[in-house]
Amino acid sequence: MELLCPAGSMPALKAALENGADAVYVGFKGETNARHFAGLNLDADGLREAVRLVHSYGKKIHVAINTFAHVRTWDHWRQAVDDAAAAGVDVLIVADIAVLAYAAERYPRLELHLSVQASATNAAAIDFYKQFRVKRVVLPRVLSMQQVRALARTTDIELEVFAFGSLCIMAEGRCYLSSYMTGQSPNTAGACSPAQFVRWDETDDGGLESRLNGIMIDRFAPDETAGYPTLCKGRFQVGDDTYHALEEPTSLNTLDLLPELYREGIASLKIEGRQRSPAYVAQITRVWRQAIDRVMADPEQFTVQGEWNTVLAGLSEGSQTTLGAYHRKWK
Amino acid sequence: MTMQFSFGPILYFWPRTEVEAFYRKVADSRVDCVYLGETVCSKRRELKFEDYFRIAQELREAGKQVCLSTMTLLEAPSELRELRKYCDNGDFLVEANDVGAISLLQEKKLPFVGGAALQIYNQHSLRRFIGMGMKRWVVPVELSRDWLAELLAEPMIDSVRDCFETELLSFGHLPLAWSGRCFTARSENRAKDQCELCCIKYPQGRTVTSQDGTEVFVLNGIQTQSGARYNLINQLKGMHGLVDMVRLSPEPEDSFTWLQRFRMNQDGQRPYGLAKNESNGYWLKLAGMTQMNEGMNDDG
Repeated sequence: MELLCPAGSMPALKAALENGADAVYVGFKGETNARHFAGLNLDADGLREAVRLVHSYGKKIHVAINTFAHVRTWDHWRQAVDDAAAAGVDVLIVADIAVLAYAAERYPRLELHLSVQASATNAAAIDFYKQFRVKRVVLPRVLSMQQVRALARTTDIELEVFAFGSLCIMAEGRCYLSSYMTGQSPNTAGACSPAQFVRWDETDDGGLESRLNGIMIDRFAPDETAGYPTLCKGRFQVGDDTYHALEEPTSLNTLDLLPELYREGIASLKIEGRQRSPAYVAQITRVWRQAIDRVMADPEQFTVQGEWNTVLAGLSEGSQTTLGAYHRKWK
Repeated sequence: MTMQFSFGPILYFWPRTEVEAFYRKVADSRVDCVYLGETVCSKRRELKFEDYFRIAQELREAGKQVCLSTMTLLEAPSELRELRKYCDNGDFLVEANDVGAISLLQEKKLPFVGGAALQIYNQHSLRRFIGMGMKRWVVPVELSRDWLAELLAEPMIDSVRDCFETELLSFGHLPLAWSGRCFTARSENRAKDQCELCCIKYPQGRTVTSQDGTEVFVLNGIQTQSGARYNLINQLKGMHGLVDMVRLSPEPEDSFTWLQRFRMNQDGQRPYGLAKNESNGYWLKLAGMTQMNEGMNDDG
């Protein structure tokens, strides 16, 4: 079972390698990946350097080219595939069938993984992507453990699941909430709830209001911790109640499920967070390395260590974690 | 080609009698095409596949084109078995809202309508789906007129333009997201497993309002919709040549009045002032929630 860690920069990449990642994933600067943020990601030269470093550790490097290509700038996506192949990366993570088909036909030996952005949640959808020579599917964070198990037992394709990090509660790649509110979505701009639309206002009582493109996402009392206004994690009114109508600001943490994921033969555990700091990546990677080593040594005797949860909670949104959709009660 | 009008599948959970009554009216209406079937939640079983199939036959006898719509978020093996019934119906065209349906339809080399939640944003993807048998493409809700026009003008698409139609959801609350979680059950403090089909109490979903009073979303089970009702009645004139079929999403009230208003304004002869909680932003290359009223017919 592989530990796959995020690297939005060279320092984060080093942190992942030094702390026990089996593989890292990166993206190019620009709109070809779903973490299109200022100051993040690598250019073609940076990628070549990253490949050298990762391979010197004997580890693997995946490149996310996982947004949907635009009409007139299709060449940017094609170029990204060419640059990644030329740099000698191990895997491409792709969502658009146009990009998949190009990579599969042009670079028949390059391993292709289906990005979570393609939203393949069932065996028939996974079958659909076999025509593009996909070797592994990254599952969206909407499935229960029972559904993950059913898929693992019916498909012959490798499965990768999200183990830790920000929790997307919608089927990824099919969520247009962000473009509805701002005009920019993961599919059209490679970002959700983009920072340039965020506004903070202090209230008369010393609290804070967060807005996204003018729409109030949340209102915080002076003693409350104010989180980033990701639009699905705001407090809204439904009927007479004001609450987190869609989801609380919380992070996904699947440590408790580790033995089960291992038994079902899940190929890889993905840590979310290419937008995170090297220190964050280092701490998360260290915890998950220990946990995976422990479960692989003796899955029956595996127990989650208190100190792991303490570290992970400290790195989580609102210091809270959840099993998310993996746990039926969450739904 | 003259503009055709369609009714999309009923997105909400209505009692059986309401559904039957709606389709009796559809049979007598001037709509060209109708989509039937449950696309949101497999627990909604007021009507079964066999009911939809019967209604489909009745509507065809009334002179309508009929398509069977399939689920967008397919997770459980039982949902795939139900999907197979739709794909194997042997008679009506199927709207595939997930590539899983296309996979089943491809086995039998059947043509299909590609739903708005398929991720088609460029000429190469579109061309490949057409190659797989897509006869009509329902454009993703977030695409603008400019984006669609650019895409259709690409030579590799222009050369096959007579092989497929385009359809645009132009009226109704827009489906914007699907989740493993049921937000309607959550709004009643119920677990999804014990939802007691509470969606049936909300024939237009549940409105989600920001703390300062803007209607931001509508909860419809596991689906999140736009808080504003999308309404492109004043953009129809600019759709000619780009959009072959204009889709209206059924609502409990006034669907047929709106169909009539849309027909009357096909060439911009009867523009209509939008209500406060209506939007048209996506088509105009703005945030989806935006409403632009200036120059109601000035859309290129």
